[in-house]
Formats: sequence, C-alpha cells, structure tokens
Amino acid sequence: MKFSENWLRTFVNPGCTSEQLAHTLTMAGLEVEAVESVADSFDKVVVAEVLAVEKHPDADRLSICRVKVGDHADEALQIVCGAPNVHAGIKVPCALVGAQLPDMAIKSAKLRGVQSSGMLCSARELGIGEHVDGLLILPDTAPVGQDFRTYYELNDRVFTLSLTPNRADCLGVYGVAREISALTDTQLSPFKISPVEPEIEDSLDLHVNAQDGCPLYCGRVMRGINSNVETPLWMRQRLERSGLRSINTVVDITNYVLLETGQPMHAFDLAKVDGAIHVRYARGGETIRLLNESQVELTTDMLLIADDHKPLALAGIMGGLDSGVATGTSDIFLECAFFNPDVISGKSFKLGFNSDSSYRFERGVDFAATRNILDYATNLIQSICSGAAGPILEKSSKLPQRLPVTVRTERVQRILGIVLEKDQIAEYLSRLQFDFSENEHGFTVTPPSYRFDLAIEEDFIEELARIHGYDEIPAQQPKAELVMLPLSESMRSATQIRQMLVLRDYQEVVNYAFVDKAWEIDLIQNHNPVALKNPIANHLNVMRSSLLGGLIANLQFNLNRRQDRVRLFELGCCFEKSTTEHYLQTEKLAGIAYGDVFSEQWGIPARSVDFYDVKSDVETLYQYQEINFQAVQHPAFHPGKSAQIMIGAKPVGWLGELHPRWQKQYDLSRPAVLFELLLDSLLPVLLAQVKEIPKYPAVRRDIAVIVDNQMPVQAILFGMREKKPEIVTEITLFDVYRGETVGEHNKSLAFKVMLQDAQKTLTDDEVEAAIAGLVEMLKTKFGATLRN
Amino acid sequence: MRSLDEIVGEAITLFNSINDVTELEQVKARYLGKNGELTDLLKELGRLPAEQRPAMGMQINQAKNRLEALLKDRRLKLQEKKLEEKLKEEALDVTMPGRGYGKGGLHPVTQTLIRIESLFHSIGYEVASGPEIETDFYNFTALNIPENHPARAMHDTFYVENGDLLRTHTSPVQIHFMLENAPPIKLIAPGRVYRCDSDVTHTPMFHQVEGLWIDKQASFSALKGILANFMACFFERDDLSVRFRPSFFPFTEPSAEMDISCVKCNGKGCRICSHTGWLEVLGCGMVHPNVLKHVDIDHEQYVGFAFGMGVERLAMLRYGVSDLRLFFENDMRFLKQFN
Repeated sequence: MKFSENWLRTFVNPGCTSEQLAHTLTMAGLEVEAVESVADSFDKVVVAEVLAVEKHPDADRLSICRVKVGDHADEALQIVCGAPNVHAGIKVPCALVGAQLPDMAIKSAKLRGVQSSGMLCSARELGIGEHVDGLLILPDTAPVGQDFRTYYELNDRVFTLSLTPNRADCLGVYGVAREISALTDTQLSPFKISPVEPEIEDSLDLHVNAQDGCPLYCGRVMRGINSNVETPLWMRQRLERSGLRSINTVVDITNYVLLETGQPMHAFDLAKVDGAIHVRYARGGETIRLLNESQVELTTDMLLIADDHKPLALAGIMGGLDSGVATGTSDIFLECAFFNPDVISGKSFKLGFNSDSSYRFERGVDFAATRNILDYATNLIQSICSGAAGPILEKSSKLPQRLPVTVRTERVQRILGIVLEKDQIAEYLSRLQFDFSENEHGFTVTPPSYRFDLAIEEDFIEELARIHGYDEIPAQQPKAELVMLPLSESMRSATQIRQMLVLRDYQEVVNYAFVDKAWEIDLIQNHNPVALKNPIANHLNVMRSSLLGGLIANLQFNLNRRQDRVRLFELGCCFEKSTTEHYLQTEKLAGIAYGDVFSEQWGIPARSVDFYDVKSDVETLYQYQEINFQAVQHPAFHPGKSAQIMIGAKPVGWLGELHPRWQKQYDLSRPAVLFELLLDSLLPVLLAQVKEIPKYPAVRRDIAVIVDNQMPVQAILFGMREKKPEIVTEITLFDVYRGETVGEHNKSLAFKVMLQDAQKTLTDDEVEAAIAGLVEMLKTKFGATLRN
Repeated sequence: MRSLDEIVGEAITLFNSINDVTELEQVKARYLGKNGELTDLLKELGRLPAEQRPAMGMQINQAKNRLEALLKDRRLKLQEKKLEEKLKEEALDVTMPGRGYGKGGLHPVTQTLIRIESLFHSIGYEVASGPEIETDFYNFTALNIPENHPARAMHDTFYVENGDLLRTHTSPVQIHFMLENAPPIKLIAPGRVYRCDSDVTHTPMFHQVEGLWIDKQASFSALKGILANFMACFFERDDLSVRFRPSFFPFTEPSAEMDISCVKCNGKGCRICSHTGWLEVLGCGMVHPNVLKHVDIDHEQYVGFAFGMGVERLAMLRYGVSDLRLFFENDMRFLKQFN
C-alpha cells in the first residue's frame, strides 16, 4: 500500500515529521517499508508561459523563447531552448538563473551567441519522471509565476506500508488516517460526502441470486458523462504516487475512491449491459475475458456480475474487457458492493493474478459505508465530468455480524502482564472509535464494521496493547517451578552421534530434501518416490528416500573445487510411500568417504579409503549394538562390495563401495565408500551392569585354519561364538592370509581365543579341551583344516 | 711392593680418566679383584709382625672402601652420561605435526541449533520434533489458519501427491505436543521447513525453531523477558537493544515481531540492517485461544506464548555469512571455517 503523505495529512495532521510518523506506524504494526520524497531537492523553478518562439539564427535545433515568469509580460525572459515540443502558448516549469536542479546549476549564459536567462525543464531534468520527449507541459490553468514545487505538490513523500492481512481497514488512505488519529490522539477530519439527488429516473433491474457471496449490492445509472475530460492533475498525482497509472477519467475516479476509502468499485458501459444486472455464481462452461485480457474458464464457485445473457465481471475480482468503460463512454452503470471475503478468497490466487479489488474484498471491506461511497464516487464524477445520476438500486441481505465482546480488565492484566487502569482502557477504546460501555468486569466493546479482525477478547487486548505501545510493556523474567527435565541414559542424542563422526574426520552437510527423480531411480531403484505437486524446479521434483544422492552430488561439487579427499555426512528425514494413507518419514544418517584414508601427511603411507575403513566407522557408531553384515546387493553399490547391516534379523542400514557404473557417471576417478543407517537404530545405549573383575589369569590360544576363500568370516566367528564353552571369553580375527602355501581357492584365518574362569585358574587340560572343541566344530561345520 | 698411598693415588687418577663402564670394571679388577693389588696386600698381611697387623689391616680396608666408594660414584656418573647421550640421540622434533585423522565439523546450522536448544534447555525447555510432511490440519487448520485465509497464500506451500504438504513452519509441532502432553508445557521444536520460494534471500528449505510455553503465569511481559534474555545470551551481548512491534500471525493474539539492534553497526545503520539500525529476527505472540481449543486446553485456566525464529538468519548474523545460499551449497571451503 503506497500513498502520498500530503493526501494522508488532509485527513489527519499530527504535529510530527514524516520520520516520526513512519516510526509511529511501524511501532503500531503498520510497517513502513519506505518513505521516499516524490522529487529530489531543487529550487527557483516556477510555472512559466512561453509567449513567443523564434528559430535560433545559428543552430537548427535551438529556439529562442520569450518566457513569462511573473505578472508582467514586459518582464519576460529570453531563454534558449532545445526541446522539440516547445511552442508559443504552452505552460512549462522554468528554472530561473541561480536555480539548483538535481543534476545542474542554472546560470545566465550565451548559447551559440544568444543570451539565455534560465531553462525550460523536462520532467527528467527535475528528477520527477522518465519522460524524455521534451518539456513537461502543464495544464492551461497553471498559475504563471507560482513556485513549481508548490504547484506540482512536490513537497510530498510517498509512504509504502507493508500491511499484515488482518489490517484490511488500512487498505485505504482514510483508514490509515483513522489509525494515526488513534495512535497520536489527533483529530480525524470527517469524510465529506454530499448526498446525491437523482436527476434521472433510469434504473436497471437487479437480481442478487447469491446472497451468501453478495450480502449488499448498490449501483446506479449515470448518463451524459463527458469522459473526454482529463483527469485533474491532483488526482492523477495521487494515483501515480500510489503506483497507479491514469487510464481514463471514470476508471481513474473509481481507482481513486478505492485508494482513498478502501472500497473497490466498478463502472460498466451501460450500452453493453443487456437487460438486468444479476449477481450469481457462474455456470459450468461459462467464460469471460477480463480487463487484463486473460480468458478465464469459470467454475461454479466463482461469483459473477452478469446481464440477462452473459457474464460482465468476475465479482469483486476484475471487470470484463467487453463491458468496461472506455474513453468516449457517456452512460455508465456504477457498482459499489460488499462481497463476502470467504467467496472471494483464494480465487484470484487460483487464477494466477492479483487485483487491488480482490486483495481488499478477500480481507474485508467496510459494509456500512457502501451506499455513502457510491454517492461519494458520484460526487467526484459529477464534479469532474458532469453527468446525471439515477437513483440508487440496492439489494441487501445478511451482512456480517459485529457482536459485542466482553473485555475483562483482569484478563488484560493476565495476558499482557501489566496493569491497565479502567480509565486508561476507556481512553484507548475512545481513541480507537470503538463503540463500548462499562460493565462490572470491564467493558463491552462492539467492533466497528470496517474491522474484520476483532471478534474475541484477545483481539481487543492486542488493540489496547498497540495503543499503549508494545515497548511500554516491561520485559520481565518469569518465575516458574523448578522441575528437572527427564534425562534418559538409555538413549543417545543425534548430536552425540554427529560428534562421533566429526571425531572420525567427517564434515556435516545439509542438503535439500527434494531431489532429482533420476537419483531415486538410479541409486535406490525407487521408481515411485513421493512426488511434489508444485516443485520449485524440475530437477527437485521428488522427496528423497535416501541421503546417498545428495552426498554424491556434494562430493562431485567439492572435487570440482580442487578438494581431493572428501568425507561428508548428513542426518536428515527421508520419505517413502507406504501402504497407509500417509507417507513414511524416517530419519537417516549417511556418510561418504573418498580419497585417502588419512589426509596426506608424513609417516603414514598414502592409501585409498576402502570398504573396511568405513566399516570401522560404522562399527564405532554401533558401539552399543551387536550388528552383523550380510552380503546383499544394493543398486548404488558394487555388487561384490555391498553389505546390508542388521541388528539381529532387522535391517538397519547399508554399507558399500559406489558401483563403478555410477563412479563413471559421476566422473569420479577413485571409488567412494558410502553408508546409510537408520538413526533410531543408533540411539539406544546399554546401561552398564558391572560384573566382578576375574581374579584368575586369562589364557590366550591362537587357532589358524584354512578355509574356502568364499567362506564369510562373520559366519565362522558367529559359529564359534555360538558353540564356545563358557570359559572362552573372546574370539577375534587377527590375521588373514592368501597365497600359494594355503592353496589357490583358500584363505588362512588366524583367531585369537581368550579363556578365563572366574572361579579358578584354568588347567592345561581344560584349555586344550576347549580349543579342540572349537577346532573340531570348524572342521565339521566350515570344512576348515588346521594350519601348522 | 708399592706403598698403599702410591697404589691408591694411581687408582684414583686412573678411575677418573676412564670414560667407559666396562673399562672401569676391568680397571677395578686390577686393584680390588681376586689378584688385585689391594687384595694382594691383604693376603700379605699375615706375614707382618702381629703388632703391626691391626693398623695395617685398617689402613688397607680404608683404602679399599675409599676406592669402592669412588668406583661407585664414577660408575653412576658414567651411567648417567651414557643415558644422557642415549636420550639426546632419541630426541624428537616435537614441532612435527601429529599423525592420524584431522577433524571434521558440524554444519553451521547444526551448531546454531545446538546453541539455541542449549540456551532454552537451561531454563527447562524440552526439545520436541514432528514430521516434515504434514497434514493440512496440523500445518494450518489447528493453527487457526482456515482454508482460503490470506495467510495461507503468504506461506507458499509445497504439496505432495496425496494432498499432504511440506510443513511451512515448525509450529505444527506445538499441536502434536499439546495433543500428547498436558500443561504446563515448555518446548522448543527445531527443524527443517519448506516454502516454495527461491531467490537471493530465500531458499526453498530452511530451518526454524519454534518455542512454546503454556502455563498459568505466561504473559506478554514474560514473553518479552524470555526472548530479550535469549537474544542477549545467543549473541553474547549485554548491550543488545530489542523492540517488539505488533504483527499478525493467525495462531497468536496479540502477535509481535521482534527486532534487535543491528549486531554489526550497533544500531547506527549499515547495509546489513538496511540502514534502519534494527534487524527483524523473530515472530511471537500469545497463543490464540482457538489454537488451545483445538488441543483441548482450557484457555481460561492456561495462557501461553509461542515464538518462531529462522535459524539461518541467526547464523548469518552471528557468523557474518552474507549469502543464505552458502548454507546449502555444502562447499567444504565454507563449511570448514566453522570447525
């Protein structure tokens, strides 16, 4: 909402500067985004009349003008002018000698030998417009000699307000004035409207068939309008300063009324109205071409103004192109109505455009002023372009209610945390011009018709706080009961998990949750990801079911920026379709490692990170869980270097080396290793339950066996752990060897076996028997042979 | 045969001239060994007249003890010297860099979230979370934003296939939490939110922290107290000014927007604060009675306040990040600056 400050001050004129006024509005919730002068500073520019023009003897493009700048023609100045549109009889702004313009100073000078005492100005030279086609020609009525800034109202500023959607009442200059009156306790000038006496009988039949959408419709016929009259300068300027261009006089007037009062109006060309005026919902299949030249297919929830045969306008949103008023239109039907916000809301959004009218009707227009404003617009039309007015035709039904609300002083105190005395509250309510009375608890207040945001006690409490000033309410540290928060020891926080990865040299990243569908198909073989109906871009059209794609993209991005060793992780929500109505949303933790295991440094030979390096990272994260790895293929991973991570029989994640196919596609020179885990599986922590430390010595025995190369170590380890006698406390793999001595298709595995008895020292016999048992089991179950 | 003094004198000179422990032991044998000169003298003692024996014996023993003490001393010195030489040889260049992993780091948004959570946790706020794909009810209706409300258009909502939406704010977590827990409630809900908007100052995904306090003594004045305290702690600034301006959110009434004095120019006016001296950092207000009705909390008995802040905005101000989009490019040269 933009408007001229001078316009505003015609209604309310508190004794404060523009800056103070802007601050007052901002601090009352009507945020002032900008206050801009309408013109740069300049002085000594007056309204002048060009009396005579003759050609410059030595320059084709220059003219010598005699210019009147005061009361006496004989004091006329000689000014040399280069504008092509200069001719005798026009009135223009003239900068006198000594004037300081935005970009130049005016001096008495000779131009090609001819004396010039001043300069005739274009809008651009004065910094008030971009019109380049010559002098700014003023209306004939402009008074010669008057200071141009005063004449052109250039000592004015444009306020730009950023209004919240609840403050529809401030979508007109008068509404803002009313607000300032309350805030500054300054008198508000009443709105001057002369009741119109009908001079003609002409009328139209009016049928309102959608009373829910249009509880009040007023209109009148006007004939004999001289629409060739130019819109007066003062009105054009106010429109321009509100960002509206002049279109034609009648439309300018309805726009002016909208800006001033917040009431949208519409004028129809009476000649285009065939029969009666109908306010009804659209029928299926109807279409209309709107003023913005868009052809709209109407749906049955759209409210129309129609005649007997066709739609004329999209009610409250935009008029039809064919029935609009054009220059030359002499007879009109002038509409001023109240359309229900619920019926207008969302329609222009769906149609993909916004209009000043729908913007206001969506938020609520004062339904008590409709008839008066119709008269006001009639006053303006008659005073500017004459015309005879017919009687008002009006249909009204159930208007919005304004029910009285009890505002308790105790509740005011409870919500705001400060005491407002009763007379203070009464003063604020009066300044707001609310209708109120006192009662035993406080006040009964009835919201005014122009406020659509006041329905409950809290709404009024906010009003009181606004007038009181939010800054006047002290900040207080609340007192509360001291109760400790629960602190689980059997669950870790995601932060702790993150910190573990940080200590293992991973850098956290955050990616968008929407990804390229190709990632889902290629890397996850998810052909049916959760799709967005309105993606921000085609390559961000589905919700990720995995974090892997983002990490690979991050890797590529950083490799392109001369990084050669990249270790990243992300923790984020992933989305999948499910059998139920709602989608599965799972927090996952994923990581990627690329390049050398360690950054290049002395004392550690360079080696590419591999599956087992990252496996160790994963195992560290699962320090409290017993996990196992199954050789299961994953579409993102090398088929022989891919493992599903399990806790018991439950899959909790994946670990693998990026498939060479994707490595090539993503242009990676070395293999990347990735993991992805369910966050929930990482969080449980085992609460320690301490056992006695054994007093008797532990014994170590090693077992080295030769098994088939394909035999997974995990199966052997788990087999041994399952069959081991109680005295065996630990079995770990400490060496793997492949080579001629063990046979081409075999490998040699060496296990460390620790044995201990809590009650006594183990005898050799006991130890040997336990080891023999394990060896026997390895032979029979895994076809192992003992290595010597 | 040489005199005792002569022998001792020679031995002392010799011991002191030796620089090696092994050699020292060999030389020791020459005087104190089985056939050493002092041992020989002792053996000769029997041949002396009986009256001379005690005095002579004593003299020899004294000489022997003297030499042994001297030897011990010399041995220690030599050992020490040897150790010193060995240690010298073993000395490292302690200025060489340590071996092993470097350090990774947390994303600046995570660091900011942790900081916000910790501050509120310190005064008893619990951390809560909720789904990112939300239903219309939780994201809008329950928060007093009915269908067709102009506030919905401001939210630029992403919709997914089944008609659900990507939450446009973390406020729906309030609703989930209030439906599951009875007051008093003090919660903080950090998380990712989504809006269909992308330009220099907007990314389609960003982070918010929602806060909620439902209790009998919550008030606007208390809200101001908590938030002013938070900002001062977050920015570690005692001199931070704050101001509250009326605003509009359908789920709070009264509603306010909170500004802090510009952390860059201290309110003098600079590019960061668009020369206003103020930075808009947070929206807040007293929980709207309609919201409490939706979750069956008696709004006469309980009042509450809620606030929501943009995490990237706070991170940008705190760490001097000038471009919002840097947070999601994941350029390691940017991220590593926070480690």
